[in-house]
Amino acid sequence: MNFNFQRLFAIVLKEFIQMRRDRLTFGMMIGIPMIQLILFGYAINSNPKHLPTAVYAADNSVFSRTLIWGLRNSSYFDITREAHSVAEINTWLAEGKVQFAITVPVDFSRKLLRGEKPDLLLEADATDPSAVGFAQAAVSQLATTVINRDLTGPLAKLQSSAPPFNIISHQHYNPESISQYNIVPGLMGVMLTMTMIMITGLAITRERERGTMENLLSTPVHPGEVIVGKIIPYIMVGYVQVILVLLAAKFLFNVPMLGSVPLLFLLVLLFIVANLAVGITFSTVAKNQLQAVQMAFFFFLPSLLLSGYMFPFRGMPGWAQHIGECLPLTHFLRVVRGILLKGNGLAETLPDLWPIALFLTVVLAIGIKRYRQTLD
Amino acid sequence: MNTSDYVIDVRGVTKKFGTRTVVNDIAMQVRPGEIYGFLGPNGSGKTTFLRMLCGLLTPDGGEGQCLGLDFRRESAEIKKRVGYMTQKFSFYEDLSIEENLDFIARLYLMPQRKTAVEKSLERLGMVERRKQLAGTLSGGWKQRLALAACLIHEPQLLLLDEPTAGVDPKARRDFWDEIHKLAASGLTFLITTHYMDEASRCNRLAYIAYGNLLARGTVNEVVKAGGLTTWEISGENLAALAEKIRGLPGVEQVVAFGTALHVSGRDAEKLRASVAPFMSGAQRWEKIESGLEDVFISLMETAKDNFS
Repeated sequence: MNFNFQRLFAIVLKEFIQMRRDRLTFGMMIGIPMIQLILFGYAINSNPKHLPTAVYAADNSVFSRTLIWGLRNSSYFDITREAHSVAEINTWLAEGKVQFAITVPVDFSRKLLRGEKPDLLLEADATDPSAVGFAQAAVSQLATTVINRDLTGPLAKLQSSAPPFNIISHQHYNPESISQYNIVPGLMGVMLTMTMIMITGLAITRERERGTMENLLSTPVHPGEVIVGKIIPYIMVGYVQVILVLLAAKFLFNVPMLGSVPLLFLLVLLFIVANLAVGITFSTVAKNQLQAVQMAFFFFLPSLLLSGYMFPFRGMPGWAQHIGECLPLTHFLRVVRGILLKGNGLAETLPDLWPIALFLTVVLAIGIKRYRQTLD
Repeated sequence: MNTSDYVIDVRGVTKKFGTRTVVNDIAMQVRPGEIYGFLGPNGSGKTTFLRMLCGLLTPDGGEGQCLGLDFRRESAEIKKRVGYMTQKFSFYEDLSIEENLDFIARLYLMPQRKTAVEKSLERLGMVERRKQLAGTLSGGWKQRLALAACLIHEPQLLLLDEPTAGVDPKARRDFWDEIHKLAASGLTFLITTHYMDEASRCNRLAYIAYGNLLARGTVNEVVKAGGLTTWEISGENLAALAEKIRGLPGVEQVVAFGTALHVSGRDAEKLRASVAPFMSGAQRWEKIESGLEDVFISLMETAKDNFS
């Protein structure tokens, strides 16, 4: 039996018709990306405001009062507590009562007037680092403009565009800050992994469960035709998802796109096909659709946890990193973040392309080998 | 008849699932244009045998040819010339009638695909309903669609696995009329069935139980080979009589048929001796020709003793 493109086309056409008729699955393919975008994107990402803040004004001067007033008026900080000791601040931060604590040191105004650039301590609970970044930037901005207003008359010479004091910021609890820009591009890989594997995982088991496999096997169709024919329609679905995420990244989350989007479009193909191959291979092994879904989850969880999407990759123990290196999502995250955020080109992404290609080759070979041409 | 004149000519076909022999050393010869009935109880290996013929299962033993091709080595080529209709409806329920036919026609690389689909729809009488989803069809129509789909690539041999299970009598009769028409045009059929009326519409039969071939030939030959003597008893109090007769030496079957009772056994003398005392009763006794069903049940009982 030779591979025949007309028969391949027959399978592709059939899959498209079935996809169109299966409203639930079709809804899932579009719905899951949307839900993930909203949950992961908005819930985690939106530029958080009105964060509870404690202030410890050890220096009770006009400057510190102005500063506090300015912070209070900004939309980023809600000054919910005024501390009277450093210990209090530490407790509140530890207990999560406040997100920020601002300490104005004792000699703040004296040093400021002398032009000695006093320190202003900004402490942040960075367990949720995405919540911190914007507010931090706001402090320096705010502090400059507010203080400058008080530096009038003989003090006007101290006005400057740079803050007349140093802001020392301490990020507690999470030294490696994952910026929100990380999440949306990463989401592209996560949702492709989830939906592509799940949907194709069902593809062959469904045929077997409904009895249509017996019929298919009694025709002269080639295993390669069946497998490739089932992959092609979902490549297009994958691209729809990619476009969705890129549009959301650009217009909803303002993710910078430094590198070439067409290059990303090209490279994402490899990743999509790798995931589809995993799904198809699972469905040649699984006895029924339930098993196929379970296997998809079995693959999805480590992908989610060990790829560097949820936790910083370098922060994981060695064994976890080794597992992570075997997963296509790990490499794809680097590719997509590299292209969008660092402006990487093809050359820089190559070290992460070949592991995906290798993965694809191995998995596809297993899939075609496992696809039984008989019912034995 | 020359060996190559047979459409199916296989010997020693054997299939094991683990240690269980499902098909045991079966030989079969089917002539062109013949409707060959394949009978046997559930789980007797009929489906397994058909699947081996069309390459869906790998036989553990046996040799022979199907359509002049080696049935073990050339199954790819056989698939192109055989239509196989599965026991369970196995077309796509979420595809329309037309889409299903078109899909199959594409897989067989039909040169005149559109015409073939159109012709098939016409023959089915489904031209107006072509857009209907296959899943919404009734059992009888599903079976007709399945047959039409099996025929679309103009096969020379059709393997039908219990094609009329769960189909009403009218639809079954129409179906068999269609089969006879097709056979007259030169198509060969191998059909498995449970129904005796269908068995008697076949040119020749084979009976298989527990993987073993027990009888084959025309209906009359099979009945004769069964060597069964049957008495028909009609009259009153048949149920009470049946209780008395059942279990007597030589009495192998006592079957109630509404107003009559059939009593049969292979040993005519022993049977007669056993039932003679009851013949003087109020009921009317008559020696009749054994039915196919009586023979098959008798064969099955014997087989159970021998093989299980």
